[in-house]
Amino acid sequence: MKALLKMPGFAIGFIMAFAFVLAALISFFWLPYAVDGVDIANKMQAPSWSNWFGTDQYGRDILSMIMMGGRTSIAVAIVAVGIGVGLGVPLGLAAAARKGGLLDEIIMRGNDLIFAFPALLIAILITAVLGASALNAIIAIGIFNIPVFARLSRGAALSLWTRDFVLAARVAGKGRVRISFEHILPNITNLLIVQGTIQFSLGILAEAALSYIGLGAQPPIPSWGRMLADSQTLVSLAPHLALFPGAAIVLTVLGLNLMGDALRDHFDPKTRRERQ
Amino acid sequence: MNLLEIEGLKLNIGAAEILHDVSLDVKRGEITAVIGESGSGKSMTAYCVNQLLPRGAVAAGHLRFDGQDMLGLDEAALCRIRGRDIGMVFQEPMSALNPVQTIGAQVAETVLIHRAAGKAEAMAIARETLNRVGLPEAAFPLGRYPHELSGGQRQRVVIAMAIALRPRLLIADEPTTALDVTTQAQILTLLKRLVAEDGMGLLLISHDLGVVADVADRIVIMRKGAVVEQGSREEIFAHMRHPYTRMLFEASSHVPARRAGAKDVPILEVRGLVRDYTLPKASFFGHAPKFRAVSGVSFALKKGESLGLVGESGCGKSTLTRAILGLEAAQGGSILINGQEVRAGHLVPRHLRRNMQVVFQDPYGSFNPRHKVARLVAEPFHLLDDAPKGAARSEAVVMALEAVGMVAADADKYIHEFSGGQRQRIAIARALIIRPELIILDEAVSALDVSIRAQILDLLAALSERFGLSYLFISHDLSVVRAITDRVLVMRAGEIVEEGLTEEVFNNPTHPYTRALIDAAPKLEELMQ
Repeated sequence: MKALLKMPGFAIGFIMAFAFVLAALISFFWLPYAVDGVDIANKMQAPSWSNWFGTDQYGRDILSMIMMGGRTSIAVAIVAVGIGVGLGVPLGLAAAARKGGLLDEIIMRGNDLIFAFPALLIAILITAVLGASALNAIIAIGIFNIPVFARLSRGAALSLWTRDFVLAARVAGKGRVRISFEHILPNITNLLIVQGTIQFSLGILAEAALSYIGLGAQPPIPSWGRMLADSQTLVSLAPHLALFPGAAIVLTVLGLNLMGDALRDHFDPKTRRERQ
Repeated sequence: MNLLEIEGLKLNIGAAEILHDVSLDVKRGEITAVIGESGSGKSMTAYCVNQLLPRGAVAAGHLRFDGQDMLGLDEAALCRIRGRDIGMVFQEPMSALNPVQTIGAQVAETVLIHRAAGKAEAMAIARETLNRVGLPEAAFPLGRYPHELSGGQRQRVVIAMAIALRPRLLIADEPTTALDVTTQAQILTLLKRLVAEDGMGLLLISHDLGVVADVADRIVIMRKGAVVEQGSREEIFAHMRHPYTRMLFEASSHVPARRAGAKDVPILEVRGLVRDYTLPKASFFGHAPKFRAVSGVSFALKKGESLGLVGESGCGKSTLTRAILGLEAAQGGSILINGQEVRAGHLVPRHLRRNMQVVFQDPYGSFNPRHKVARLVAEPFHLLDDAPKGAARSEAVVMALEAVGMVAADADKYIHEFSGGQRQRIAIARALIIRPELIILDEAVSALDVSIRAQILDLLAALSERFGLSYLFISHDLSVVRAITDRVLVMRAGEIVEEGLTEEVFNNPTHPYTRALIDAAPKLEELMQ
């Protein structure tokens, strides 16, 4: 971690993303103002000393809303990426280990099936059947992460399976599962991390999109996506309504991407020795 | 005035000086060969000539092509010269051709780029050039694609692209390294003929003295970015003034000191082994066709013996290895390891696989870059039921590393910190660690520089004596096989065509294919005498 923080990209990204994560965590214990009360007298105030980010159309403090909303957005994105990695990567590795076999066919055709449906439409279907909530948004977004990671890890693993060091491991009597986790997985982590940060940012955006059409987190729980959607009609009157949640999304995504790039370099033993 | 005159050429990439005061000439109608090991700067010298240098490279000195100063030219002027006046042939004919274009279009492209002719005329030139490089119209129409050709035929297409406009200078960078011995000899003959016909100069870059010894008029020997010796072929061969030149010659024909210690007990016996591959189905219904990669191969390898297996690419030697190592099951015949039979359809079981390990060709690809050397070397312990743990394990790793001439501290490093030769030593340490009786060396020294190759051959000879190892030495390089083996098998199209004591087979080959192989192989010793 110390070595990581010496890399400027990681340090900047970490500070940006961690600021929002920290704010979201603090919101569990303390908020500048309560976000479930309506204070019409103070509606749409510009940023000031008492309300740093101003207030929205119901007079709620936007800073407090962003801190609360961060919980939803970040949690949805993290869990959705977790589902994608946790299920997609083992499936991809299994397909690569049994290339051309029945298992490979079943896994990859299953992936094609999921890819064949428009993601948002299925998300709407899921939330329509199971009810609109943050949990169902997580499931909907997570399902579409599975084939992304499965395809990525299968493709990368296939090229590794032809390498001599994998052959050497087979000569040493190691089985397919063991080789997949000992030799293949460590060599595709950099790809997974980079894809993970991309999917994370897409997850935040997807959550925003679902919240926008009312299928994500339900009021009064705030989320960055819904704040952005709510501010849409008022953006010419009070631009700060859109500015702050928008900036929160952009900065978190940017920070995570910077971290992802630095992590990829860090995991590569070649660049690691060069730095020392 | 010579065709190409290089004088005091320096090349810097960033802060590093890659070439130091390189001077050499290429005359019209002559072949100048530049020989060197990896990192000698031989390719960089060639790339300086047509200014195809990596980013950040700065060349200084004199480089005159036909009287014109090449270093002073701008990119547009260089583009006019490249392809028209200076042709280039690369090492890898697979990647030098565009797989989605026909060979005719690719040869004609050189002509069209330089607007030397209209489209129809360019195709006519392409046809004529392909005829000249030995790809006649009947068998090789212009509409053929690269994947329909063999490696040697592809290299002929690459040569045709380079000579289509009858350049004055041809640069060939390791043109035969990726090819089989018999193909290599044909390509060298072709290059020699083209030089004589067109009166062009040829700058031939190679790491293999044997390859160029036959064809070169002048030889330039490079080491670490500098020319150590140059002169006419006869001069170089007669005098060898520089110690490095002598070392290079000696290493190229190095024969390690070995004592024949073969016992009359077979460690490995292969009886009528058959390996079939299923090809993709031609139609949805119907049977998938089969390709027989190994058909009825039988041989025995005695304890302490070094057995050579020689054959060109695609002859089935790698497939045979995989079956012996227990990675794939055979479709017929059987494999006996220490007298225990493994029948067709079964993989060689773990307790028998313990007796065998393997060293691969590519010292770069045969290690997981994410693991440290200690873990890499200890990997075969997986085959043992009572593998040592903790301190005993590290001790075993250190012993294996020291046996191959590495030190204990190397265990804690990553593989990219080592050179190719060191990596191959580590690969041998990995094979040694569980004390197998048989090590399969699959082209284990083919990717190494000659001086390193000589060291590894010495190491293998010493280890065989010390640990009583048997070797199955698979190679396309006849001189190496001759140096390190007691007996040799010659394999062709999945069958063993000749078998016998190495010296007997090399001196009196009975099968015509063996004779062809031996005739095609470069013979350095004869030239030195």
